[in-house]
Amino acid sequence: MADDAERERRFQARIDAGERIEPKDWMPESYRRQLVRMISQHAHSEIVGQLPEGNWITRAPSLRRKLGLLAKVQDEAGHGLYLYAAAETLGVSREELCAELLRGAAKYSSIFNYPTLCWADIGAIGWLVDGAAILNQTMLTRCSYGPYARAMVRICKEERFHERQGYEIMRALAQGTPAQRALAQDALDRWWWPTLMMFGPPDAASEHNTVLMGWRVKQKSNDELRQWFVDLAVPQAQALPLAIPDPALRWDAETGHWVTGPIDWDEFWRVVRGGGICNRERLRARAKAHDEGRWVREAAEAWAGKRAR
Amino acid sequence: MSDPTRDSQWPLWEVFVQEKTGAPHEHAGSVHAPDAALALQNARDTYARRGPVVSLWVVESRHISATTPEDSPAFLEPGPEKIYRHPRFYRGAKE
Repeated sequence: MADDAERERRFQARIDAGERIEPKDWMPESYRRQLVRMISQHAHSEIVGQLPEGNWITRAPSLRRKLGLLAKVQDEAGHGLYLYAAAETLGVSREELCAELLRGAAKYSSIFNYPTLCWADIGAIGWLVDGAAILNQTMLTRCSYGPYARAMVRICKEERFHERQGYEIMRALAQGTPAQRALAQDALDRWWWPTLMMFGPPDAASEHNTVLMGWRVKQKSNDELRQWFVDLAVPQAQALPLAIPDPALRWDAETGHWVTGPIDWDEFWRVVRGGGICNRERLRARAKAHDEGRWVREAAEAWAGKRAR
Repeated sequence: MSDPTRDSQWPLWEVFVQEKTGAPHEHAGSVHAPDAALALQNARDTYARRGPVVSLWVVESRHISATTPEDSPAFLEPGPEKIYRHPRFYRGAKE
């Protein structure tokens, strides 16, 4: 017991000194569990995040848009793989993690349980959802767990274009015909609030914030990240120009921040608990893709076995 | 092969990427694959979607031997102690 307390003290001292923790280093079981939870949810989010956008690949309005969207969705598959690999360094198998997702026992970002109703939604997702994800991921490049931080560096490098392709789509629509403009505004109206919820519950209600910040897994709280995002997104919306769907939104000259109206946290919890519009559809699509890929996995294995003989 | 619950994720391979000639191959991450040829393909798709990459290595993870954090300090300790391996140990015309 005393031994573990001493190890934990040394572990925390290393973290406080800015050192990175690597897979074979001693770590408290709670640190390992929290990281498996975070990294696997992040990985699942990348994989499920392909589905709302994949919906529009065949209907992209031009070849240029189609190429960009295809590359973005392919990146998301790659990012899911980086993250599963990072989770595996903590002693879980990818097989278990995938099985959890397919069973409906794993969480992923609730934002992907909203539907993509029109092409403008692809613009809104790139601009807002990827824009929000990049802020969170930029913070995580300094995470105390080495493999997670390294995966984030890779992801951030690649994701810069995701946000820009989304903003370009929004700008083209916002400056197009009245009908195109209406589509862009409608997409912003539907994606704005769910995007603000992506950063997680308010600090006062977040069970993980303090612990994760103490371990330097995170360096900013949910509310700090959310504020960072709002301050960047409001001027971007004004430049399009589109209206942020928040009548209470105001500039606070004293703090130098944009202040939003209240967020509907009941909706957040309802979607987290499975009551979103697309929760069931996403899992069904994932399970179908997994089943339909079975013959490929089996054929590759049979081929490898034959060659090994 | 027909058991529906069976779902091998295949062995784990470590991927090393060289970004330009003359640079060292650096560890990039890992992939799952049934054999070396597919490990290389998966590594290309996962770690070389954008340049610059001029060369990829893959090695099955189980073939890598590594020091452990417990043994490392003693195992690696003689390095810094042998100061006569550093130029500053020697006096020369410049001093």
